[in-house]
Amino acid sequence: MSVIKRVVIEPVTRVEGHGKVTILLDESGKVVQARLHVVEFRGFERFIQGRLFWEVPVLVQRLCGICPVSHHLAAAKAMDIIVGGEKLTPTAEKLRRLMHYGQMYQSHALHFFHLASPDLLFGFDADPAIRNVIGVAAKYPELAVQAVMMRKYGQEIIKATAGKKIHGTGAIPGGVNKNLSPAERDVLLKDVDQQMTWAKSAVKIAREYTTAHLKELLPFGSFESNHLSLVRADGAMDLYHGNLRAVDAQGKKIFDQIDYRKYVDFIAEDVRDWSYMKFPFIKKLGPESGWYRVGPLARLNTADFIDTPAAETARKEFRAVTGGKTNNVTMAYHWARMVELLHSIEKIQALLNDKDLQGSDLVVKGERREEGVGVIEAPRGTLFHHYRVDKNDQVVMGNLIVSTTHNNEPMNRAVSKVAQDHLSGVEITEGLLNRIEVAIRAYDPCLSCATHALGQMALDVSVVDVEGKMLAQKSRG
Amino acid sequence: MNHVGPHILVYGYGNPGRGDDGLGPALVAALEPLAAAGLTCESDYQLAVEDAATLAEYDVVVFVDAAASGPAPFWFDHVQASRELSFSSHSATPGQVVGLAREMFGAQVKAYALGIRGYRFGELGDSLSEPARANLALALAFARRAVCEQHFDEYTRQFGADSGRGCVCDPQPEA
Repeated sequence: MSVIKRVVIEPVTRVEGHGKVTILLDESGKVVQARLHVVEFRGFERFIQGRLFWEVPVLVQRLCGICPVSHHLAAAKAMDIIVGGEKLTPTAEKLRRLMHYGQMYQSHALHFFHLASPDLLFGFDADPAIRNVIGVAAKYPELAVQAVMMRKYGQEIIKATAGKKIHGTGAIPGGVNKNLSPAERDVLLKDVDQQMTWAKSAVKIAREYTTAHLKELLPFGSFESNHLSLVRADGAMDLYHGNLRAVDAQGKKIFDQIDYRKYVDFIAEDVRDWSYMKFPFIKKLGPESGWYRVGPLARLNTADFIDTPAAETARKEFRAVTGGKTNNVTMAYHWARMVELLHSIEKIQALLNDKDLQGSDLVVKGERREEGVGVIEAPRGTLFHHYRVDKNDQVVMGNLIVSTTHNNEPMNRAVSKVAQDHLSGVEITEGLLNRIEVAIRAYDPCLSCATHALGQMALDVSVVDVEGKMLAQKSRG
Repeated sequence: MNHVGPHILVYGYGNPGRGDDGLGPALVAALEPLAAAGLTCESDYQLAVEDAATLAEYDVVVFVDAAASGPAPFWFDHVQASRELSFSSHSATPGQVVGLAREMFGAQVKAYALGIRGYRFGELGDSLSEPARANLALALAFARRAVCEQHFDEYTRQFGADSGRGCVCDPQPEA
């Protein structure tokens, strides 16, 4: 019998980057700041320049193995403008939406059950050896299987609409390259009712957990902030398309119904000497107070309503917890994410029953343009793709602002708050390490398109004094 | 299907747009034309939890990935079910997927890893490096032989990750 050895495949670029946290103390030993160090993805400009614009929606999927569909669709939306085809045919828009809701569904299910649920089900102080997805599978087997099947269902939708798992080609400038056949539709329809039941159950788990632990969760890594997302013209949540809306910590609109093609007039990016990742902010408020959150929590704060019944009921329950006011609780991201999960499956069900998906009018083209901006609400938040194309159809400029970059300042604030509340002396306890993990996870950061670091996503935490001397250091991962 | 014998899944993963990280999918793309009864080839950017459900349908799985360290041109070894937790990744390790497949689906799948030595995990858009291409050719020759002969445990003794040496077999002629 052969000896079984532990085999570690050196993880490479598909795995997220290193999560390095530095906690800075002042002379009196008080936490003054915590910094989450992320090496921002570099090389995109060089990679994209000279490429033919119609190749871009496929090429940009190489940015990230986690949310390639979001990059695929954001780039396609930008290129729709280049070909004068931004007014898609009903078949094309609905197919893209189906692809997008499939992505949202699988990503949210994976995050909640795979990454977040161990923290919620076992508690922040549980042994990391148990506080993981296999621990969940052992103690809550039915839930674990359900989570896998939800993720798998979303992936099947992506495969049916994008054509394949790697480098999908479904969205092209001005439309899509295939419709959904009746056979593909029927396979997906077969399981949609079961998925709906599971999604409702997931919202219930998130709601009951949050309301039962409100006292603990309200202050945890929390702070007041602005929030930004796309909303539809009537103020509804729209994950695929819309205009930009930003609200402050009290819910007052900072700007509304801004055409996202003009984003550079409203959003700028700050740089700091200790981080390669930029810090976006709302221009008119400046970098000190103009930073904002994106993603599920922000979207539930910016939207006036959700246009699917079960998710709208869930949204009202979510908003009721804060008396209808803006919710600034970091851990509320999880509940908000599950409301969006439910919204996504409601949209998927409606789309699968829409005969437009079997239409044959797939592409439109119009006046050729040289500049295009595509924005989409990706699972983690607002994603910007911006390109300029020359007369030879070659890309001469490309710029991205990814969701995790928008949430850079909020993630730093969350870690700072946790450090201020839970660091005693200079010792990095297991409890502190656990809580820093939990706070960062709430944002569901995707660092693989924001970083290019080798190595598995480990968490390194250091405590540094005012002179930069390291007082303590601990790693996990 | 009336296939007699083990159902084998060869699963390559990695990002073809990031240099030698694309070694896994590249091997699978080359192996796929040979897929016959009992052999399935799959590839993806990364492993994820739903792969546990897929694994449960097979008797043997061979994960194929780029290896940033270890012997060249490749190594072949067992994969042990793992409970390790990745801090914030949406991807999973082979050990985690095998662990989940066993825990959730009662899978009895035997799992192996083929690590092909890569050298340049460089900027976006890079293709395979020349040394990695050479390793891929040798790994492909090995994989072709392995899925036919199926002496997987024997290969782990010959080419294990800790053996300090990689495979020294010669590439076989193109099929």
